[in-house]
Amino acid sequence: MIQVFAFYLFSGVMILSALLTITARNPVHSVLWLILAFFNAAGLMLLLGAEFIAMLLVIVYVGAVAVLFLFVVMMLDIDFAELRAGFTRYLGFGSVVAVALLAEIIVAITVRSEGAITLGGAAPTSSAMPNVQALGQLLYTRYLYIFEAAGLVLLVAMIGAIVLTHRDRRDARAQNPSRQIARRPQDATRNVDQPVGQGVTL
Amino acid sequence: MIGLNHYLTVSAILFVLGVLGIFLNRKNIIVILMAIELILLAVNLNLVAFSAFLNDLAGQVFAMLVLTVAAAEAAIGLAILVIYFRTRGSIAVDDINRMKG
Repeated sequence: MIQVFAFYLFSGVMILSALLTITARNPVHSVLWLILAFFNAAGLMLLLGAEFIAMLLVIVYVGAVAVLFLFVVMMLDIDFAELRAGFTRYLGFGSVVAVALLAEIIVAITVRSEGAITLGGAAPTSSAMPNVQALGQLLYTRYLYIFEAAGLVLLVAMIGAIVLTHRDRRDARAQNPSRQIARRPQDATRNVDQPVGQGVTL
Repeated sequence: MIGLNHYLTVSAILFVLGVLGIFLNRKNIIVILMAIELILLAVNLNLVAFSAFLNDLAGQVFAMLVLTVAAAEAAIGLAILVIYFRTRGSIAVDDINRMKG
């Protein structure tokens, strides 16, 4: 019984916060609602027994992606009120499209429950192993190459983000090691036989 | 009792809210990116629900891969946004017309 209550609680709060994400006036509030939606989605996944994905969702989405969004929203100096112009103009058409899409998906779900789909090559979950262990075993054997490819995607994204946002600042006083090493004493210093009582010419 | 259809309906609603978010915030690309995150979250919920109800762990593996791609997409998208703002001083979607033929 408690699972049913938890399911409705998590899904209700998640849908509400998703709605507020897309309608909030301030994008900072949008990001915060998005974080709440992610937390509730993690709760829903916990109810399904997928604790690894749930924790990954909290760590990756809330810890990294949402914070990245917050940084960008706060870093850019934008008049967000201007960007909201046309919100009501698109509301009617957008709602029509959304309701049509939702009706289609729900019809698809209902149709799906009519007949069973025969699936081949399943990777069954065994109740003897914890979720994390079972997932790790599958990930490092059967899906090893896809797993490596995912790592590559992340690497490319990281390099891409750094290359895109890096800017070569001319006014910054960065160290130039090769110039420092190439500097010789005879270029930098000068011996002068300085007479007494006269000024120094620099 | 909560069945697979409950989960599928919830994630369908979440997906549709993401699509609606793209429609409503046509000018604000940050909110559009957040709506895309909502859509990917709905997809992940679908994958995990099927994985749990069909007793097939492959769904969770693919949910993890979707998560990876979503994180990469957010990083690249926001990086492009930052450099665009640096050069143009605006992120309104209507102003992004430099590459039109």
